[in-house]
Amino acid sequence: MSIEKNEEFRPKIVAFCCNWCSYAGADLAGSSRLTYPADVKIIRVPCSCRVNPMFILRAFEKGADGVIMCGCHPGDCHYSTGNYYARRRMTLLFSMLDFIGVENGRTRVEWVSAAEGVKFSATMNEFVEKIYSLGKNVRLEDLRCRS
Amino acid sequence: MQKLIDRIRELLADGTVARVLGWRTGDLPYNPEPAYFECEEELQDFVYNGFCGANLSKYMIEASRLEGKTLVCLKPCDTYSFNQLLKEHRVDREKAYIIGVGCKGKLDIEKIKKQGIKGIESISGAEIEEAAESLTIQTIYGEKTCAYKDAMLERCHVCKGKEHQIYDELIGDSSDTTDADRFAQVRRIEAMSPQEKFAFFQNELSKCIRCNACRNVCPACSCRKCVFDSTKFDSSQKANADSFEEKMFHIIRAFHVAGRCTDCGECSRVCPQGIPLHLFNRKFIKDINELYGEYQAGEDITADTPLTHFTFGDAEPSIVGERG
Repeated sequence: MSIEKNEEFRPKIVAFCCNWCSYAGADLAGSSRLTYPADVKIIRVPCSCRVNPMFILRAFEKGADGVIMCGCHPGDCHYSTGNYYARRRMTLLFSMLDFIGVENGRTRVEWVSAAEGVKFSATMNEFVEKIYSLGKNVRLEDLRCRS
Repeated sequence: MQKLIDRIRELLADGTVARVLGWRTGDLPYNPEPAYFECEEELQDFVYNGFCGANLSKYMIEASRLEGKTLVCLKPCDTYSFNQLLKEHRVDREKAYIIGVGCKGKLDIEKIKKQGIKGIESISGAEIEEAAESLTIQTIYGEKTCAYKDAMLERCHVCKGKEHQIYDELIGDSSDTTDADRFAQVRRIEAMSPQEKFAFFQNELSKCIRCNACRNVCPACSCRKCVFDSTKFDSSQKANADSFEEKMFHIIRAFHVAGRCTDCGECSRVCPQGIPLHLFNRKFIKDINELYGEYQAGEDITADTPLTHFTFGDAEPSIVGERG
């Protein structure tokens, strides 16, 4: 597995998962005994729309190397339209982060339903792989938060 | 300007308006400041010239709470901001008497100083009456001249047009001073590598002293309570402690006005450190235009705003990486 590739660098990855689809998807991945790297720390949010742009910046500040947001598929939002707003918001935020020089690969949005345990595990494996190749995030980090 | 002052005097005298929101002569020949005028005598200090770049629409938020009507002088680009505030129910149309003043491009004293013109005593050619081609500047080192175009504010090179979007009456002529591509610099930065982009913004933003002038002047930043004033928030009202705080402040500031920013350019104009803050706003405007259709905040008061509406077929966030 990808984790053994580099002994020194272990990425910290924050995954914002919506309560209704993606968090349940992660649960399904677990109960189906599918594996994904332990570097992914999941934060459960009521809806992908709850993810304030500040959350993403804060995660980077506290030393995250990559941030992924997962929500219900467009059209399947528990609150009908939350993820549509989140989609526009995140597109603009990620574009801005790219604009100031934070590599685009460090941010990602993926739609994962409660039935997609396989997709959840595959996405996380792929994302962690990507962050390994990008290395440590040094562009948006608060030095005071470094441990 | 005389016509404008006469009309203001008339409206103030017959009680149509209780006060006037305009510009007062500053202590230097090039820094008129926004001011209220409540009586005839005070109007002696009233001035309107090429240095009156300040957008007065934000002052109308407070003026909407005052007794009686306020006469406000708005340039064509300021009317977009007023419209946007109207859309957000931040100003009261009934409390405003808008005089659309003519504008032929506003001047940036920093650009004049950059040309080596120092020790300025007086400037002629900045009056609005006739479109001056050049400025004649009396300095302690003698007379200097400078082309009007070379001294214009950045935002006037990408002028939004000479039409006032909202007004009660118009006084003076305007002209469209566009002579540059609005998104040229944004495109130039987009084409850079992540390292170069980062170095560019690190260089610019490290100059930030967190004076909050950009926030205070912004007509779109009109919350009564601001996240950056919260004492629970670790970057409130203090200098940036590190490069993260610099970037966070500016990303969040720009994000808060995304979709509402009319690109009036006040943030860049007031920045004491000369940071090109409009680049952040323009990046959002460019993305919105490309992904969600052309949108100019403050143009159509009934239009759907980009961040509070959506379509089922919106682009996925992965587009950021795909378009390169």
